[in-house]
Amino acid sequence: MAVSKVTVPVPAPESTPSDGLFTRPTWTTGIASWLTTVDHKRLGLLYIFTSFLFMAAASVEAFLIRLQLAVPNNTLLSPDAYNQMFTMHGVTMVFLAIMPLGIGFANYFVPLQIGARDLAFPRLNALGYWIYAAGGAFLYSSFFLGGAPDAGWFAYSPLTSLSNNPGNGTDFYMIGLLVGGIGTLVTAMNLIVTIVSMRAPGMTMMRVPVFTWMMLVTSFLIIFAFPPLTIALLQVIMDRTFGTLFYVPEAGGMPILWQHLFWIFGHPEVYIIVLPAFGVISEVIPTFSRKPLFGYPVVILSGIFIGFMGFAVWSHHMFTTGLGPVVNTAFALTSFVIGIPTGIKIFNWLGTIWGGKVVFTTSMLYAISFLFTFTLGGITGIMLAVPPFDAQAQDSYFVVAHFHYVMGGGALMAFFAGLYYWFPKMSGKLMDERIGKLGFWFLVPGLHLIFFPQHIAGLMGMPRRTQTYVAGIGLELPNLLSTAGTFVMLIGLILLLVNIVHGVLRGKPAGNDPWDARTLEWSVSSPPPHHNFDHQPVVNDRDALWVQKYPESVHGERVPESASEPYDAAGIHLPGQSWYPLFMGLALLVFSYALLFHNFWVVGISLAMVFFFTYAWALEGVGGHHFPAGRRGAGQHSKEGHA
Amino acid sequence: MSAATAATAVAPGMESGHYRSSKLPDIKLLMWVFLASDIMFFGTLIGTYLVYKGRSLTGPYPADVLDIPLTTVSTFVLLMSSFLMVLALHALRGDDIAKFRLWTFGVAFFGAIFLGFQIYEFAHFVDLGLTLQGNLFGTTFYVLTGTHGVHVSIGVIWLLSILIHSYVKPWSSKDEAYLEVAGLYWHFVDIVWIVIFTIVYLVEFV
Amino acid sequence: MHVRRWLQRGLAIAASVPLIAACEFSGPQSALDPAGPVAQAQRDLFVWTLWLSVPVMVGVFGVLLYSVLRFRAKNAEDERAIPHQTHGNFKLEIAWTIIPVILVILVAVPTVRTIFSTEQRVEAGPDDLAVHATGYQWWFKFDYLDHGFTTANELIIPVGTRVVVSLDSADVLHSFWVPNLAGKRDMIPNNDNQVWFVADAPGTYYGQCAELCLGAHAYMRFRVIAMEQPDYDRWIASFQNAAAQPVSADPLVERGRALVAQKGCVACHAIDGYRPGTEVGNPDFPSLTNFGLRTTVGAAIADNTPENLAAWLRDPQAMKPGNYMPTLWRADDPNREDEIEAIVAYLLSLGRDGQASGQLTLGGIHGGQ
Repeated sequence: MAVSKVTVPVPAPESTPSDGLFTRPTWTTGIASWLTTVDHKRLGLLYIFTSFLFMAAASVEAFLIRLQLAVPNNTLLSPDAYNQMFTMHGVTMVFLAIMPLGIGFANYFVPLQIGARDLAFPRLNALGYWIYAAGGAFLYSSFFLGGAPDAGWFAYSPLTSLSNNPGNGTDFYMIGLLVGGIGTLVTAMNLIVTIVSMRAPGMTMMRVPVFTWMMLVTSFLIIFAFPPLTIALLQVIMDRTFGTLFYVPEAGGMPILWQHLFWIFGHPEVYIIVLPAFGVISEVIPTFSRKPLFGYPVVILSGIFIGFMGFAVWSHHMFTTGLGPVVNTAFALTSFVIGIPTGIKIFNWLGTIWGGKVVFTTSMLYAISFLFTFTLGGITGIMLAVPPFDAQAQDSYFVVAHFHYVMGGGALMAFFAGLYYWFPKMSGKLMDERIGKLGFWFLVPGLHLIFFPQHIAGLMGMPRRTQTYVAGIGLELPNLLSTAGTFVMLIGLILLLVNIVHGVLRGKPAGNDPWDARTLEWSVSSPPPHHNFDHQPVVNDRDALWVQKYPESVHGERVPESASEPYDAAGIHLPGQSWYPLFMGLALLVFSYALLFHNFWVVGISLAMVFFFTYAWALEGVGGHHFPAGRRGAGQHSKEGHA
Repeated sequence: MSAATAATAVAPGMESGHYRSSKLPDIKLLMWVFLASDIMFFGTLIGTYLVYKGRSLTGPYPADVLDIPLTTVSTFVLLMSSFLMVLALHALRGDDIAKFRLWTFGVAFFGAIFLGFQIYEFAHFVDLGLTLQGNLFGTTFYVLTGTHGVHVSIGVIWLLSILIHSYVKPWSSKDEAYLEVAGLYWHFVDIVWIVIFTIVYLVEFV
Repeated sequence: MHVRRWLQRGLAIAASVPLIAACEFSGPQSALDPAGPVAQAQRDLFVWTLWLSVPVMVGVFGVLLYSVLRFRAKNAEDERAIPHQTHGNFKLEIAWTIIPVILVILVAVPTVRTIFSTEQRVEAGPDDLAVHATGYQWWFKFDYLDHGFTTANELIIPVGTRVVVSLDSADVLHSFWVPNLAGKRDMIPNNDNQVWFVADAPGTYYGQCAELCLGAHAYMRFRVIAMEQPDYDRWIASFQNAAAQPVSADPLVERGRALVAQKGCVACHAIDGYRPGTEVGNPDFPSLTNFGLRTTVGAAIADNTPENLAAWLRDPQAMKPGNYMPTLWRADDPNREDEIEAIVAYLLSLGRDGQASGQLTLGGIHGGQ
């Protein structure tokens, strides 16, 4: 998209009338300031913090699962408890931990990377977070309100029908994901508008940092992939609440339809998780190789291609459902095709390292482990795309091993690389490299010790989602090794947490640019000021900051300070805080419980609340305050503009 | 979503100031993105309807209840409302506030008539024995057309809100982005109905 | 030059991986230990992709290892050095687009061929064995369509004959999986599915439900027992004659026969020949016809020994948590052990000419491993 050299006319500072019911919140510190914040950086931190909380819960669940499976015929967990554990582990990691972690990084760093001062819709952004938090709290309250979901993270019909699963758990799953999905959708829409419309002057699409690019692709995947899931969830909720017949086999309903709808969502969801991880890797590897990303346009294009093809492969999750040889062939071929851009990406990352100066930070170690682990996960992915072999491997521990290599060893390790990379920017402090590296050498080998033997367990005939296995058919050793691995990985995770706490409390000051990095987020102080940039950055090349620092190394040209002045002529506007995102989230939480307990009066009241807050939100307006550009430190506590 | 923001320091259609790399107002882009997503919502519902078409084990079947002439009338009303929407936007762009209010009211009114038809149709179908829980046709028909009805209802409420707001705070051509997004939404809902009308009603009698 | 030697060694080690994988992991439930052409074709494809992955792994990991070592920053000064800022190379991009394309084609061709040779729907002809398998929470029902009888949890098949199994579910999703013979195929309500396979050698092959069905899912096992044709014929004959179970000379067996009615077993469980002329049981529960010929108890979770059968009757939930079999005796019931002994004797006599003990007369059934 061509860059229009126009600035939106911003009127001079004027009063911001508060039409809201409540006085417009202006706290800058304390809990209330966090509850009402619309600052993308604070919301990013909230996302990251919350996703770590949920990751901790999921880790406990995983740990219990592995303890139960340490030896055959173990009785630590009953079948019911076990089913709840793996279901919640999967739901948590996918919806409440890894995906929001990527969204959290996006919240914090997309505006910084494109030289913007917030997302396009700051209050909508806060709404996205509060819905996510409410949805997660709702799902986890199921443990205290009649039992957690137990039908697996893809909740295949008809296991979720009222007759087959009369407990509350399934309702928690369906309603929780339905409501949580709304939060993800609005966040994705917000990110798309932001990336399309709020790039700094001169930042053409082919100069956008790869992480931001991948978030754009991811956001498009979200807006197209979540609706089929939402409708499928709605159908099951209708079946369970109002007695409709969508998934009632006795009335002609087809349980297989759920599988189609779920995986039309579910496969893009894999890329919704992995593409941001690709983005992080594409930031970390160039920085620590001190070279630009090799083949930038190719990496971007292959990311787009992967996202596009993500909608054409869903049935490879259903090779064993009897779709017939023609359908299986078609979906096998499309799935193979995805291997090509993925391979190209890996080659380009290798090309980036080649000829560079590789700095072995903890972040880089995680990035290298990502390349290693993700390649293995990709290879088993191609194997699983072979329908005749998939007939053996599907729903066995081979699949479990595969997707943990991709999701855990791939996406999560990439995000850990991102955490080590961006922590100094977010906190202003450096994490300890020695603790970091020590943790790495527990975490990644532990991960392989857990999941490599599971390939073998699967090939030896162990189905997934079984709380026990028989002795004497070769499953004891792989399972014991796998359980042993959890202890090793646990040490690594604890060291990671220790390092985070240590970094926040005792870390050395990071400075603006501790890694001598390449993109705009490193051009501002750590942590960045509320308004991000004192001057509107102007960009005339890819790797905008690197060009500023070392123009001669890339035959680039430094942008003169004064170039940004015309864009800041009208001053800086920061949007006002608001209560309504939080209240809207709470209203949806009330709605969720009311629907779950079939209290339709309260359902009506909560919908009326949503309706009411929508008006209050609209009438409240953007609010906020203005101040002139270029004053370092201005903004955070400035009250000017509030006449 | 409201003209209230117009009075603040930020350009209409934006939630924050500063440089924009696109000339599209943010809310308009947001609406396009939302509609792209909404296509998938309706696509899934229509897909479900088609997958279950002819799989009902008991009646009433589509041919037993659907009334083409009646629904053709309501479809025409909805189409006309889209035409009025164009007129309303045109009037606002020309700062002809009286016409803008008139046409906006017209859109909402026609939308309400369409909803009236739908309520009548549902009540009539229930009398004929087609219920939400009765057979797969009932389940898929009511959920699909009901979801569309909810969309129309939101549109009507939205347009009426704009109408009322235009008396509270005078609207002018600089607020056109706010009417335009409502218009985008309304045209979309209209187009979806054409698809539903074709697939659910017309195809049944081809 | 170091690098080349590394690569050679790495190649040697990596090349042996598929061999190890292909040879070592045998077992009665292993997908790598095929006992028939379908499982063989599936394993062969796996081994082929494993071979193809060797150059990928060697290439990627070799280059990764080499480049991070070769291009590492050796000191603080190096860490601030600025290497040549290359942005890409068009020829390289083309090259490494072509490499995965070739690999994908190498995988795709045999894949498509195998899909059509193993997954094509077939009509059961006169030479085939046609079985209808139904998944229940948490056991398998097998209807022998050509012979008109029903059994549960153990599918007896003749060696060398194509077995065509039509699949159905009575409740939730299940999946039919016998790794040694064929990959899994799901059992879905309102979905007419099929799997077919051939066993090349006599033996006992373990199967297990591979789709979450809650409750006792982990214990939803079954066995496929392949017999030589004469043994199989005798097994079939014993089922066809099951309605004419002789009255046993053993009073314990006869007491057991009376008890299975008294304790209510026959309200659910069908037993052909329970009493001449009477039909008992419900088709939606596991049939006990010729139970004495079964090798396992409780849906293939334990060998069918008198001890295990007694344990199962005593406390089904202890052996298979979550299943629907009721506990028939209170723990303090003084008659419990006596009655269990009689029922065990009766059940084990079924299909064995009224004898609760002694050698099995049918070849091929050895029970467990």
